Amino acid sequence: MKGKKERTRLESRELLSMYRDMVRIRDFEEACPRLYSQGKMGGFLHLYSGQEAVGVGVAHAIHPHDYMIAAYREHGLILAKGAHPNAVMAELFGKATGCSRGKGGSMHMFDPDIRFMGGYGIVGGHLPLAVGLAFSITYQGGDEVVVCLFGDGATNQGVFHEAMNMAALYQVPVVFICENNGYGIGTSVIRASAMESLYKKSCAYETPGLKIDGMDVLEVYEAVREAVQRAREGGGPTYIEAITYRFRGHSISDPGTYRSEQEKKIWRERDPIPNFSAWLQAENHATAEEIASIESEEKSVVAEAIRFAEESADPGPDELWTDVYVE
Amino acid sequence: MAEITCREALNQAMHEEMARDDRIFILGEDVGLYEGSFKVTKGLLARFGDRRVVDTPISEAGIVGLACGAAMIGLRPIAELMTVNFSIVAMDQIMNHVAVARYMFGGRVKVPLVIRAPGGAGHQLGAQHSHSLEPIFLHCPGLRVIVPSVPADAKGLLKSAIRSDDPIMFLEHEGIYGVKGEVPDGDYTIPLGVADIKRPGGDVTLITLSRMVYVCLEAAKQLAAAGIEAEVVDLRGLNPLDMVTVLDSVRKTRRAITVEESWLTGGWGGEVAARIMEEAFDSLDAPVLRVGCADVPMPYNKKLEKAAIPDVARVIARVREIV
Ligand SMILES: Cc1ncc(C[n+]2csc(CCOP(=O)(O)OP(=O)(O)O)c2C)c(N)n1
Ligand SMILES: [Mg+2]
Repeated sequence: MKGKKERTRLESRELLSMYRDMVRIRDFEEACPRLYSQGKMGGFLHLYSGQEAVGVGVAHAIHPHDYMIAAYREHGLILAKGAHPNAVMAELFGKATGCSRGKGGSMHMFDPDIRFMGGYGIVGGHLPLAVGLAFSITYQGGDEVVVCLFGDGATNQGVFHEAMNMAALYQVPVVFICENNGYGIGTSVIRASAMESLYKKSCAYETPGLKIDGMDVLEVYEAVREAVQRAREGGGPTYIEAITYRFRGHSISDPGTYRSEQEKKIWRERDPIPNFSAWLQAENHATAEEIASIESEEKSVVAEAIRFAEESADPGPDELWTDVYVE
Repeated sequence: MAEITCREALNQAMHEEMARDDRIFILGEDVGLYEGSFKVTKGLLARFGDRRVVDTPISEAGIVGLACGAAMIGLRPIAELMTVNFSIVAMDQIMNHVAVARYMFGGRVKVPLVIRAPGGAGHQLGAQHSHSLEPIFLHCPGLRVIVPSVPADAKGLLKSAIRSDDPIMFLEHEGIYGVKGEVPDGDYTIPLGVADIKRPGGDVTLITLSRMVYVCLEAAKQLAAAGIEAEVVDLRGLNPLDMVTVLDSVRKTRRAITVEESWLTGGWGGEVAARIMEEAFDSLDAPVLRVGCADVPMPYNKKLEKAAIPDVARVIARVREIV
């Protein structure tokens, strides 16, 4: 991890809280494949392992009352935003205590109490919604900001461009964050986008675009903080491309043969979690014991989430018919 | 005859047709290098190269529109959409461009295009990945709608679809890809718009297609044990709609039930039921009944999803109402 000293203006407490969140997400995600193969979960399962620095950097750079909206690789994002792990795990189990009451599943987590406005499964589909959230904030005279996360693949959808244009046109407070993990399923970025530097795509809309290291939680934090501040002050949207990597297949069923072992190894060495841990210790923000106790506490958090999900009840049969309409 | 899966049958059809006609090319997300998210396009890139097997960005409107344009001046594209729910992203291209071009331009152009799309429920994929959208395409003049259920039909129908000069929605249920069955060797085709009686019977006609064919066959088996003989008519598509086979069957059994995985309200069963009543009202001993998916966005929870989709018990219960 690049050791820029000025980063240390963050208090140790905040830094350790970031570390805790990243560890929690990793443990949570890595517990899922086993539970999936035991039949506790169904559907698709898109894990966030490897990308934690993006979600956690973003979540720490915004206020609790700011909104977040994301695609389907969102377990880590809703956890970073502050959802209770019990509710997220219960959703994966399809239980009534899940954050979408068991009706959404892995791709469709939702929690309005923490202003996490959903995970969506249609690539690019939620980008205009982010613009609408931001439009609503402006309309209602609020000072919140919307952060909208999506993958590299989404930047090739028509709605990406419609959303970017409208956000810039109306100068609404939204920050678009592209998590460029190099692939949309088995298709690498250069095989899908005529422009390899995805951050440049915002120049067509005169929206500032920047590229950052998505494996470095502090770099993410700084970039998003600046963009969010600009948006809050009426400066309009920003588009950030965070370069990252998913350590697992696209979904649980993807063998991932299209990525070379060599490539995976290089990225494993850039694992945001051990690198951040080493940096925290080198900069005297934490001792090895403090790091170890965070790690063991988070193991229990995830174990408790699994227990909670196991013991929760399925939605009752009548739930099939509820919530199609309000009335 | 060889015993192969639906997945292999579809794959063979594309291999054979592409070898026969250089104007045929395939495009879609992950159809080449990745060989399709359901591996239906296996081996095509290796055999035909990237001129004819084109990996695309995630741009459904672009995929369908590009295919339409290419078809208008001589090519015969097969566009794969990863899941039929994503066809909704391309719906403007499908309904406002592909479907109407020939009519709107006075018959001076043709759009020989096959849009293949898997779909259907049963894997807990939730409200954005699980639907059966056949009725939407049935509603739109200008499109053909072809829906196979068994491997032989999958192969024979896909080959005919590729040879057709009209735009075709070729809708594949994800739940049938692994199903095995006998497929005739050689250049096997099935005419579009001809239903198939998958099981004969004299007491009630079950009109169905896609994965629901298997549900109806199982229901028929259980009913037979109770002395009720159900005839299972596999429509194999909705446009052209083979009402001749349906009406012949209904005139024989005097009772009919439509069984579909699409939403009940506005589903194709209503259309078929209306036509039966218009054409064969006097032959009916009971009202035509419909079985379909619960009118809700698909829930994730396993039990709720199961409750939403028609099953053997539901089909049998409805048969019991009229037989
Ligand atoms: C409109 C649409 N088309 C296709 C898909 C199928 N699909 C799901 S994820 C995905 C790849 C998306 O890649 P990217 O945006 O880079 O996100 P990542 O999975 O890498 O996080 C595709 C093609 C979809 N869900 N929605
Ligand atoms: Mg990606």
